[in-house]
Amino acid sequence: MRFVDEYRDPVAARRALSEIRTLAGERSVKFMEVCGGHTHTIYKHGIEQILPANVELVHGPGCPVCVIPMGRVDDAIAVAETPGVIFTTFGDMMRVPGGDGNLLQAKARGADVRMVYSPLDALAIARDNPERQVVFFAVGFETTAPSTAITVLRARDAGITNFSVFCNHVTIVPPLKAILDSPDLRLDGFIGPGHVSTVVGNRPYRFVPERYGKPLVTAGFEPLDVLSAVVMLLRQLADGRCEVENQYSRVVRDEGNPRALAVLAEVFELRPHFEWRGLGFIAQSALKLRAGLALWDAEDRFDIPGVRVADPKACQCGEVLKGVIKPWECKVFGTACTPETPIGTCMVSSEGACAAYYNYGRLARTPVVLSPSPVGPTPVGAAGSPGPVTSDTAEMAVCRVHLAARSRGDDR
Amino acid sequence: MCLGIPGKIIELRTTSEHLAVADVGGVRREINIGLVADDDGGLSVGEWVLIHVGFAMAVIDEDEAHRTIEFLRELGSLYDEEIDQLREGEVR
Repeated sequence: MRFVDEYRDPVAARRALSEIRTLAGERSVKFMEVCGGHTHTIYKHGIEQILPANVELVHGPGCPVCVIPMGRVDDAIAVAETPGVIFTTFGDMMRVPGGDGNLLQAKARGADVRMVYSPLDALAIARDNPERQVVFFAVGFETTAPSTAITVLRARDAGITNFSVFCNHVTIVPPLKAILDSPDLRLDGFIGPGHVSTVVGNRPYRFVPERYGKPLVTAGFEPLDVLSAVVMLLRQLADGRCEVENQYSRVVRDEGNPRALAVLAEVFELRPHFEWRGLGFIAQSALKLRAGLALWDAEDRFDIPGVRVADPKACQCGEVLKGVIKPWECKVFGTACTPETPIGTCMVSSEGACAAYYNYGRLARTPVVLSPSPVGPTPVGAAGSPGPVTSDTAEMAVCRVHLAARSRGDDR
Repeated sequence: MCLGIPGKIIELRTTSEHLAVADVGGVRREINIGLVADDDGGLSVGEWVLIHVGFAMAVIDEDEAHRTIEFLRELGSLYDEEIDQLREGEVR
């Protein structure tokens, strides 16, 4: 467990915490982050514990693996099990459960499923195996979609026609809209994603303040970045301002990466709608290859079952992805659902909130009573909880977290 | 995959396919730099880029690169798995 003294700049971190306390006052605020990297930082560094109890961070649908619905995994397995196919995928997708098992099990049954690091590796496999059909399972937000786009153009230009893409790329803005439109959650602002924003820039987020009246601050991944973003959000609320700000200007440009955006526009078009795990169908939220590139579109080339599969009843990934519940409030968290035997996607992907919390947060989570509604049962597997924090100072909370960690001998 | 991993450009290859070799966590890997460099260059050996699934998506300064690597290392298995996957395509 890390605490403020171990941050890169503890003085700045303390100053940020002090400003957060002053700005928040007695007011209860809830900010959502939509990036697996932020989720990790928040859990790993115990940021929830050092923030005042009335400043709550919730995790949104920021993990691209986590939002793939079960039916699409079944579709992938159906393609993978088509005779003659070499099915290529990022390692993250291998253990994501569909309604009918996962790709790892399909591989064990004899399907030729291969893990690749890059879509270009999949294209190289196609080049080396001209007698086979090679399919790439394309997933991810705007961070990975340009890579798929360039690979498709490369296939076209090189005349490689035994290569196709099963496209599941999603875009970051529509789920933000869906969450803002959802009655389930009252949010006061967003911490914008870091690396997705290197591609899309900050402009696509302007609708958040303009249409919904909520501030958004794009942030980096260090603990101090996250604290600084919280300060910037609270300052906006205190000043009565509402805009998109960039805490991560050392990496993110307002205009994003224009070349990447151009290649996305050249290769992809928006699907009319796409199903997101937990969020349901969201209009214009995913990408498909343009008609002129249909030759490289696996959905044109293969029979895709396209059956919608309901999530397992016990799984509450949907509520976790919407930020309605925290991972430890899920009934199967840490018991039936673990990284070794995941039921839901949020536990499968190392970028998922449940896996992040399972790996870090549960070590020393202090239950924090943040809302008048019941928070749920004591977290399964949350060892050494020293009791609820309601009104003490952040330093005391930090100290308690530190002591709780030390008492179990996992202090580093 | 949604988290970029910093790599240092150690060799520029053919401009037609926008290929370069980057050192990523000690692994030398061919990457595509077409989204951050022009046909006539714009990226030099020694510069750092943020790489997603084999494609450079942003040029970053060295200090930021080290900070990002430190952050990724803290993620443990997530970083190790990515480096392992990179190693599959290592340039020898």
